[in-house]
Amino acid sequence: MAEATQELLTTADGRPLKAALAAAQSRAKRRAFFLVLPLLLFIILTFLVPIGYMLKRSFEHDGFASSAPALVAWFGENRGFDPADPPEEAYAALVEDLARMQVEKTTGMAGTRINYSVPGSISMFKKGAREAKNLTPPFRDSLIAIDPEWASPALWRGMASASHVYTTEFYLVASDMKLNDHGWARGEDKERIYLYLFFKTFVISGIITVLCLLLAFPVSHLLATLPMAKSSLLMIFVLLPFWTSLLVRTSAWIALLQEQGVVNDLLVGLGLVSDEGRLTMMYNMTGTIVAMTHVLLPFMILPLYSVMRVIPPSYARAARSLGATSWTTFRRVYMPQTLPGIAAGSLLVFILAVGYYITPALVGGADGQLISNLISFHMNKSNWSLAAAIAGMLLAAILALYWLYDRLIGIDRLKLG
Amino acid sequence: MALPTYASPLERAWYYTYLVICGVVFLFLIAPILIVIPLSFNAEPYFTFTPKMLTLDPEGYSLRWYDTLLTLGHPTPDAVRDSSWWSTVWERATWVQAAKNSFWVGLWATVLATTLGTIAALGLSRPEMPYRRLIMALLISPMIVPIIIIAVGMSFFFAKACVAPDSAIGAIFGVFLSDKGCLANSYLGVIVAHAVLGIPFVIITVTATLTGFDQSLIRAAHSLGANPRTTFFKVIMPLILPGIISGALFAFVTSFDEVVAVLFIAGPAQQTIPRQMFNGIREAISPAILSVATILVIVSVLLLAMVELLRRRSERLRGVTPR
Repeated sequence: MAEATQELLTTADGRPLKAALAAAQSRAKRRAFFLVLPLLLFIILTFLVPIGYMLKRSFEHDGFASSAPALVAWFGENRGFDPADPPEEAYAALVEDLARMQVEKTTGMAGTRINYSVPGSISMFKKGAREAKNLTPPFRDSLIAIDPEWASPALWRGMASASHVYTTEFYLVASDMKLNDHGWARGEDKERIYLYLFFKTFVISGIITVLCLLLAFPVSHLLATLPMAKSSLLMIFVLLPFWTSLLVRTSAWIALLQEQGVVNDLLVGLGLVSDEGRLTMMYNMTGTIVAMTHVLLPFMILPLYSVMRVIPPSYARAARSLGATSWTTFRRVYMPQTLPGIAAGSLLVFILAVGYYITPALVGGADGQLISNLISFHMNKSNWSLAAAIAGMLLAAILALYWLYDRLIGIDRLKLG
Repeated sequence: MALPTYASPLERAWYYTYLVICGVVFLFLIAPILIVIPLSFNAEPYFTFTPKMLTLDPEGYSLRWYDTLLTLGHPTPDAVRDSSWWSTVWERATWVQAAKNSFWVGLWATVLATTLGTIAALGLSRPEMPYRRLIMALLISPMIVPIIIIAVGMSFFFAKACVAPDSAIGAIFGVFLSDKGCLANSYLGVIVAHAVLGIPFVIITVTATLTGFDQSLIRAAHSLGANPRTTFFKVIMPLILPGIISGALFAFVTSFDEVVAVLFIAGPAQQTIPRQMFNGIREAISPAILSVATILVIVSVLLLAMVELLRRRSERLRGVTPR
């Protein structure tokens, strides 16, 4: 019986229907995919490949490996050497390399590489390279005569590790690890700048997210419950900042908040603040938080609004008619229905805040800088591998949040305006 | 939300507090943008209202900061303003050059992002699209990944993305690349970077328009004998055009407002308005920045009006189709 039915189900030209359907479906699949393909290739070439290249750079630095061939060869042959007491031949190779660095002018490059894990070694390299060609055996003693640090186990560990082009050291450095005489260890508290800045970036982003939520909630509610004509008009207040250049908004905040700015003048004029006691609201953390809250507020209002718009008002009325107070109605009936909007807006604002660069760079002063600004700082100092490693860590955090966003809300539900 | 008649006095008080809070937030949103407009007419080099401005004395106001936009970079700013003076402004003035660069970069980035993005959105909105979620996540990610990471990656990669000027590829693309034949420090590099940043906006707006699009219209067109090209231009395009245009506007604004990628991958020749503003704010901040800001606010008001009109048109069009 079953066989008979299967034979019946064929297309007009006699092919089995199942196969024909599968063929048609895979043709449709291919067609859809070919439409996306050009953009996919473009994004892979101009977005994925550069980021992959950056990640490769974060594991790569040949500053020492390329300029100290004798020592690299020696390290290659003597993997298990004791960094606390390297033999004379290692010192001989080191002096040979230092002399070569002086001739080829690669001292800075090599010294910089070691300097990441063993701070202060760049000046030793410069001094050592200058003297190298005048040194006589035994090289160990003559190097130590220049600087006793040449016998430091940390330095020898650092050089052994730097003799490889590929390394995870930059991630260790970006996690505030330092190379000491016994290996990698946590740096001292006051030297822990990187993880502290990551932590600070997340805390400030959290504060901005909460501020945005507090400001956005009543406004979105008002926009969602007003008649369409009025809310469209008020929506301009949200959309105009959204469409206005970020630099315009940032310079506007500078004009408003700086010491000789409009807000301070107003406060002095009203007699709330004395002329000498003008508030410092710009070029510090306050400036960063205020300006970024303003910049990111529309990203909170828009998703909240689109969720609140479709909440039927009859639920709240039903709750009231059943005897709930207005507070209970809000807390137990209205608020839970807005949760998808709260989640969407908060995650979006948080993700955007964590990676923010321009506003902190312009209004942050010394203490309002975030992790992006540190990446830019190291890029300008030509510490490319370190900048790439910090960027790699930031990217990992962002991707985790992005995954969470996709899981909770779904990226295809992202809307603009 | 009007107050119900049964509201208690406490609820009444809360309701008015709520309205006041909303008013304050709206003020917070809009005041910084509006404040730059009067400040840009300041006669003094201050960022605040002078007493003369507050008393509405005409002497407190001037167009001098708008004038600096024309004269900065002009070799003879004080000469007689005849036609040759104005043509020098067009050729040499720093802000005018920046505006031209911003416009052309924005235009080409928009064309690139909108063309590729629209075609891809058509594929993404088909129900048969394989790996839709993954590909969508990838295409939206330039909006989510911090711009500094994209800029750092591009600055590394574009410095290596070079062609020999005497090769075949170099002969065709050489004019778009830098002197060394690289994407770094070139117009093409900036255009490509801005296109990448604009693509998520195009994808989002066009796929949003396509969700209301009745796919059976395509089959209807085919059954009536239209080839795919005719179907696209006569059936699909008119219906999703509002989405495409608002996506294009988003892409243009993204490029027009973008400074980080420019800072990292552009050379001195690719000075754009945001970059000029960024440097201006960092170095010597003068109300000239505010006069640029005022012009940009007017531009964004126009863009916003345009997008709103398109959105309404799109809603009207979609109201006709079933669903």
